[in-house]
Amino acid sequence: MPRLSYRRALTRALADEMTRDGSVFLLGEDIRVAAASVTTGLLKKFGPERVLDTPLSEQAFTSFATGAALAGARPVIEFQIPSLLFLVFEQIVNHAHKFPLMTGGQCAVPVTYLVPGSGSRTGWAGQHSDHPYSLFAHVGVTTVVPATPADAYGLLVSAIRCDDPVVVFAPAGALDVRADVTDLAPVPLGRGVVRRPGSDVTVVAVGHLVHDALAVAGELAGQVSVEVFDPRTLYPFDWDGLLDSVSRTGRLVVVDDSNRSCGIAGEIIATVVERVPLAAPPRRVTRPDGAVLPFAPALDRAVQPGRDQLTAAIQLTCKDG
Amino acid sequence: MTDSDPVRLYRTVRLIRRFEERAIELVDAGEIVGGIHPYLGQEGVAAGVCAALRPGDLVTGTHRGHGHVLAKGADPARMLAELCGRVTGLNRGRGGSMHAADFGVGVLGANAIVGAAGAILTGAVWARRRRGDDVVGATFFGDGAVNEGMLLEAFNLAALWRVPVLFVCENNGYATTMPVDGAVAGTIAGRAAAFGMPTVTVDGQDPETVREATAAAVARMRAGGGPELVEARTYRFDAHHTFEHRVRLDYRPPEEVAAARRRDPVLIQGDRLPAADRAAVDAEVEATLDAAVDFALASPAPDPATALDHLYASGLTARTGGG
Repeated sequence: MPRLSYRRALTRALADEMTRDGSVFLLGEDIRVAAASVTTGLLKKFGPERVLDTPLSEQAFTSFATGAALAGARPVIEFQIPSLLFLVFEQIVNHAHKFPLMTGGQCAVPVTYLVPGSGSRTGWAGQHSDHPYSLFAHVGVTTVVPATPADAYGLLVSAIRCDDPVVVFAPAGALDVRADVTDLAPVPLGRGVVRRPGSDVTVVAVGHLVHDALAVAGELAGQVSVEVFDPRTLYPFDWDGLLDSVSRTGRLVVVDDSNRSCGIAGEIIATVVERVPLAAPPRRVTRPDGAVLPFAPALDRAVQPGRDQLTAAIQLTCKDG
Repeated sequence: MTDSDPVRLYRTVRLIRRFEERAIELVDAGEIVGGIHPYLGQEGVAAGVCAALRPGDLVTGTHRGHGHVLAKGADPARMLAELCGRVTGLNRGRGGSMHAADFGVGVLGANAIVGAAGAILTGAVWARRRRGDDVVGATFFGDGAVNEGMLLEAFNLAALWRVPVLFVCENNGYATTMPVDGAVAGTIAGRAAAFGMPTVTVDGQDPETVREATAAAVARMRAGGGPELVEARTYRFDAHHTFEHRVRLDYRPPEEVAAARRRDPVLIQGDRLPAADRAAVDAEVEATLDAAVDFALASPAPDPATALDHLYASGLTARTGGG
């Protein structure tokens, strides 16, 4: 059975879609030499017309991609640093996202924004360690955070084929994951998956935190039966899938690498409590309010959601009610 | 009457002039909500530039964008219906004055974020040419936009990748109320020249002059040249926005406005026509706009139940906001 790394899964998705559809092209900074180890080999295979190295002009090349999409192309932008999304938030939200409605349906903007290494990379400090997926869910841009190599492949393929803008967060904490993969296939946007069945509590885990949640669920086995739900897409969210899980377990904990205020965990909890009676108050484990990741490794870890916090939240939720 | 270039140019500037005057009446009558940014006085720029483009070429406009959309060939009736927020509008009533778009005639939208459209048009022209289409683009922006970093980034990208985009700066002297001398260090043309672009500064009040400068630039671009910049010196005869009709803002000396109004692009172009031809065009424009107003006001408003239509091209449906 072939072992596939998360990074190579992204590479395969790009190569497969570029082969399948001549309108797909890549642009970004240092992608010809594959500085992020994602576009490896693609320049040689597809040539410089379809693998464009850009100047350091994130705002211009993000809107350049919007224009190319308006003209029928399917651009994929690689962003070297997650925090660059703040710089191009204007271009994505005010233009790419708004064009279909503002024009009354005259156009589509099928751009994929790929962020390999989102969240903390350990030691990259305040301006390279953000994980702003909740912002895109808030404004209503399709947002995916794959946890596994198979999902990295399948969700990136679906993102490229989607007629709307899609942001693909590939968390730094998941990039080194390898898995046995027999069947690479598109993964539908907006569909979550139960990673581990359980009966006492549903833990919703986002991105790389799925692996932490599975580890904690394993450690707690025998005490608490934990169901781990991986939403995979944060917007549109698989509410039916989650509500089905929580309806069975009656308890909810969310672990989310967003800042606490207005992070996706808050939305998940709000939606569940609107719809399902719970046996105990729900809990969330997140970054603190207003988090800026400090440099020193111990400090960097201190503001990210951790396994100990998740374990405590699960135990408290299961003790209540 | 022969439909010569001077007549066509006159028809365009006259159409924009009267469209804007009728639109202001509809603002005053409460039929257009939110007001408009009148293009009055600047008609020669849109008319001259678009006269040198082909139907398949692409343009983007600005918040002061009615002239660009009309000059490129959009239907005035559907344009006016858009301003009135009707389902028959160019954007089905979803865009309004500042976002009017007509992809069918190559208008990729008026864009209300100053300086934002240049990079979008550069990408669109690049993608079309990559597919083998012989198109060029023209992106309009004001003097205020040359202080937006993203426009300067677009200058660089277009020049670096030799994308045939004509950057058209409509220098009307003021970014809202800020005079250009108080905002722009160096010169506007100098900024484009710094990226290796050919530039020309023209009298934007003369539609023929603008057309000739554009035609020369477009010919070079079609022959394989990269982007160029035309700085059209013009003047806004009316308010920044119609709210100024109610709230007087003191930033332009009345004598300056009066002097500028004497160089009127509609009169300059009209004087080139025999009186009978001019009268015929005027009557035709009036009939077109009478019909446009009737069409707009007779058209239905959109159903509130459709407020989220077109939010997603993929067919995704958003959750509604109610409890």
